[in-house]
Amino acid sequence: MFYNILPAFIVGGLICVIGQLLMDLTKANITPAHVLVIFVTSGVILGGLGLYEPLVRIGGAGATVPLSGFGNTLAQGAIAGAQEKGFLGAFSGGIEAGAVGIAAAVLFGYLTAVVFNPKG
Amino acid sequence: MKEIRELYNKRGEKMNQSNLRPPTINLTPKEYKEITQRISPKPKVLKNVIMAFLVGGLICSFGQILINFYMNYTGLSKIAAQMAGTASLILLGALLTGLGVYDKIVKIGGAGGIVPVTGFANSMVSPALEYKREGYVFGVGGKLFTVAGPILVYGIVTSIIVGISYSIINWF
Amino acid sequence: MVSKKVGNQTVVFQNPPIVLSGYNVVGPKEGEGPLKGSFDKVLADTYDGEKSWEKTEAKMLETAMREVVNKANVPLVSVDYILAGDLLNQIISSSFAARQIGLPFIGLYGACSTMALSTALGAVLIDGGFASKVICSASSHHDTAERQFRLPTEQGNQRAMYAQWTVTGAGSLLLGNSGAGPKVTSATFGRVIDYGETDTNNMGAAMAPAIADTIINHFSDLNRQPDYYDLIATGDLGSIGLQLVLEILNKSGTKTGINFTDCGVMIFSPKQDTHAGGSGCGCSAVVLTGHILKKIISGELKKILLIGSGSLHSSTSSLQGESIPAIGHAVSIEA
Repeated sequence: MFYNILPAFIVGGLICVIGQLLMDLTKANITPAHVLVIFVTSGVILGGLGLYEPLVRIGGAGATVPLSGFGNTLAQGAIAGAQEKGFLGAFSGGIEAGAVGIAAAVLFGYLTAVVFNPKG
Repeated sequence: MKEIRELYNKRGEKMNQSNLRPPTINLTPKEYKEITQRISPKPKVLKNVIMAFLVGGLICSFGQILINFYMNYTGLSKIAAQMAGTASLILLGALLTGLGVYDKIVKIGGAGGIVPVTGFANSMVSPALEYKREGYVFGVGGKLFTVAGPILVYGIVTSIIVGISYSIINWF
Repeated sequence: MVSKKVGNQTVVFQNPPIVLSGYNVVGPKEGEGPLKGSFDKVLADTYDGEKSWEKTEAKMLETAMREVVNKANVPLVSVDYILAGDLLNQIISSSFAARQIGLPFIGLYGACSTMALSTALGAVLIDGGFASKVICSASSHHDTAERQFRLPTEQGNQRAMYAQWTVTGAGSLLLGNSGAGPKVTSATFGRVIDYGETDTNNMGAAMAPAIADTIINHFSDLNRQPDYYDLIATGDLGSIGLQLVLEILNKSGTKTGINFTDCGVMIFSPKQDTHAGGSGCGCSAVVLTGHILKKIISGELKKILLIGSGSLHSSTSSLQGESIPAIGHAVSIEA
């Protein structure tokens, strides 16, 4: 069960390196939010062009855990929705595919914020 | 000091030029910018890149271990196991943020801690925690989306564009 | 009547107000720094038993205001005004602290230049005969300032190598028109100067031109040379801003020497990983009321010049892409 861990490490690490270069080599006012928005958008575009799936096949979690993977999920969902239900599916497909991630983030985020206090 | 006056004028400020006593320092903004760039230290890119690779790689490998676990021991399908793995990482990222650990991981790992979905969880929880004193509706509920909001907006809008383009292409 | 204004921007006090006492409170990180021996009170943690950091900051400031009066051994009711400011929107820390004390309050905003500004204005009030005792204060808190100006404290982020660390601390001076102690002899009020820096992490670079302008005007107004002072401390430019100021001064023909330093550089050691040093209203407030005042009283320093440095942007203006205007106010204190 461990054969796919090294590829995940390398692909995931390389995707993060792109993010690091984005932060270090562009203007200084770039925040984590900017990095995440760039990643999710590029993930959707690459996913839509069919360029992200090969990365997922090689890297497994290395490609799905970075936020570009979430973007890819949204794109695949929108395409599948469009195939099945046409235009309406293009609207609903992305959110349906991303629903687990979004719901988990909202629930766990809310609970943590309620339980803990900022440490500083 | 013509350049200084131009700088102020460019800002559309109505300055009476004859009354303006220009700054006494003997530098133009352009020269000053050059000095600033020379003196301000640059980020240690090589070290940051190596750390981002290691930390990001570790988080993704851990995600892979979780997915393998869900597939082999709970009998979930590959897609379901991936979703469960992502959800588990989000929970982990949220917890580590609450415990005050995640910001230290990012300090070391940089984008290696920001780009994985755990970083997404961190960016949701941290404003919600920070503004908790402003109440559960605007403080926690609202601020949960200060960073997640833009991510969802751009992610969903582009995904709809992708879906619609796909439909249009298939039309013909 | 003889004008007390000299040159373009400077006032010289005819009956120099006396610094009756100084008091400061700092957070735990500052309490571990190189100046730890000079602080009156060090908090054990950043909350100090309060429910929010905003409450902690107001409480620190209130403590600094009350204790500075106690230390001088005068009744609180004999004080005429409180002059104070801080970094938070609508200077809530100062107003909330003044609410607890009940003296007439003049709220100031000069960003990190506030301590120099409140001291200068307090001296003006006293020398002008409008007051006999004035509390001059300023405060900042790392976590309240981070929240307002940057990112939530728990959000993971890599700070720029030239970024500064907002000091958690509050400091007060009690100025009076009679008594014994060092004297506030002159003040130079700065002009708002903007050299086009837009990076809010590089505050030192944004503020250095304004500080250099105030320093040059101070010396030309008073016809002095920098070696007149034993110590010339800029408010909180940090290590990058200090280097920039020295470079600007050298290029503008002002001789700089080893008597130049910066409160933000003094308050943290490089080991504390603050990158370029301290910032915030509290930084110059606690260094002035602690380290510098103690050295003046002990006789190690005779004449000092403090130039408080403030960057006058808001989170809104920087999000809208405006450059950062800055200001420097100078006060001289002589034994």
